[in-house]
Amino acid sequence: MDKNKQVILALVGVVVLYIILKALIMTGVLGPYWQIILNYALIYVIGGLGLSIIYGFTGQFSLGHAAFVGIGAYSAGLFAITFSHYGAWGSLGSLVVGIVCAGVVGYLIGVPILRLKSDYLGIATLGFNFIVYDGLQNSDKLFPAMGGAQGMTGVPQFQTFEWYFVAAVLVVILARNFVFSTHGRACTAIRENETAANVVGVSPARTKIMAFTIGCALAGLAGALYCHNYPYLNPDSFSFLESINYLIVVVLGGLGSLAGTVITAVGWAFLLELLRLVLGPFYAFRGVIYALILIVVIIVRSQGIFGGMEAPFLVPQIGRRKPRAIVGS
Amino acid sequence: MPLLEVKNLGINFGGLRAVNKFDLDIERGEIVAIIGPNGAGKTTVFNMLSGYYTPTDGTITFKGKPLNGLQPFQIAQHGIARTFQNIRLFPQISVLDNVRIGLHPRAGYSLVDSILRTPRFRAKEAELTDRALDLLATFGLEDKANIKASSLPYGAQRRLEIARAQAVQPDLLLLDEPAAGMNPSEVQQMVELVRFVKEKFNLTVLLIEHQMGLVMNLCERLVVMDFGEIIACGLPQEVRDNPKVLEAYLGRGAVT
Repeated sequence: MDKNKQVILALVGVVVLYIILKALIMTGVLGPYWQIILNYALIYVIGGLGLSIIYGFTGQFSLGHAAFVGIGAYSAGLFAITFSHYGAWGSLGSLVVGIVCAGVVGYLIGVPILRLKSDYLGIATLGFNFIVYDGLQNSDKLFPAMGGAQGMTGVPQFQTFEWYFVAAVLVVILARNFVFSTHGRACTAIRENETAANVVGVSPARTKIMAFTIGCALAGLAGALYCHNYPYLNPDSFSFLESINYLIVVVLGGLGSLAGTVITAVGWAFLLELLRLVLGPFYAFRGVIYALILIVVIIVRSQGIFGGMEAPFLVPQIGRRKPRAIVGS
Repeated sequence: MPLLEVKNLGINFGGLRAVNKFDLDIERGEIVAIIGPNGAGKTTVFNMLSGYYTPTDGTITFKGKPLNGLQPFQIAQHGIARTFQNIRLFPQISVLDNVRIGLHPRAGYSLVDSILRTPRFRAKEAELTDRALDLLATFGLEDKANIKASSLPYGAQRRLEIARAQAVQPDLLLLDEPAAGMNPSEVQQMVELVRFVKEKFNLTVLLIEHQMGLVMNLCERLVVMDFGEIIACGLPQEVRDNPKVLEAYLGRGAVT
């Protein structure tokens, strides 16, 4: 498959996917309720890819991803409320604000805590999640507009599917471009063997902070889109349990697989809703089902459902530009 | 001026003096070996040279510049590359990407270039891939470029580790037991490979080795360590007949 063919194929795929989803919406197969779920699935894709870069590709175990989604959601929400008279521009600006706020906080938190390794890093990020959660619970004491435990309302809503679809497609492309570059390879090298990466000239500290900042910025974008999808922002949506959901998406999808994260994110978001319908009054038992799925997958395929696989249209073609140099000359 | 000048190098681990008063000058183009019994401090010296340990005292000067206090990745960028006693590849990624990671510091495009796939990215990435494939061809691994590093046979993994070190474009290559676990014919191939690489890339090589066949065949100069100190150095022949060396390897009783 040559390069141009690959690009055209991917483009056709995206357009076809869009037409199918749009047709389902127009014909009413996907009603307003399911549209919100679809948007939510696309938000999961974006946030999930953020954690995929942090954990799946760079190997930095984070249990606090939802905190950055929350920072993105609340900062974008506040901005959108303040600048609501600018219409779509205010909303678009709020996305940028969400990305920047979560990215900057991610950077500032990342510098001290990324010295920690594996489980210790997990605990530190978990602690940060609790700090953010508690901060949001009590935010009304400082900023009444944030609503604290009562939740924040009044964020202008745009539940048009196009925003979410375009954002998710862009993020997949950008994440793919990042992963298949020398910077993405540096991240993978850190995951695979930090010592070896260090002695071939890759700075562990810089690479980890870069990956963490990018991942948190994507979480911020997910949060910013989230606040426009639900009229009511509640700190509970950004608790530690939500971080576990993101972790499940990345681990089930397979560490180091973009396509795996995307497919699992969509699947997971719909599964959560499907269980709500199927279980009815027993919905409280959904946790048992998630855990069972996780346990079964880890036993049957420890590398994750799509571990070690990548969608072929995402992988760049490798070829020589110049003919091979003559050996030993 | 020697390429590498090590003066009075020493390191303590708590109360243990692991290396003491280690002096070594290496001229450009030499192949020098450090030998000695297990636990003599050879790998500790390597770890200090590559920045993995910070020496307690002494100085390391490379191409006239002091290396003390630099991180391993900075030392790599100054031109010292190394391999490990227990091979440390990036196991789950392709052979090609293992080498391309070695080219990371010289990639020549920014994060923004890569995310937006700018013309600069395209040009530099193609150049980088070509260079990596050339290196793989030199080490006889080009046909394995797209398989996972962990699925290479043992000898090929050793070669790949040297190829990756070569991607750093070092002036000095540190090889930590390159022939460990190899049979005599593989050792002979490794001798030829090191010699070939040294000539092709105009390298200086410092190696640690237990396989005397390799050491005697390849090295112009030997340094013998025992209990963290240099006990002898010189030509392979001289060192082999040195009573102190025999004592270190075989024990006092065997010598007298």
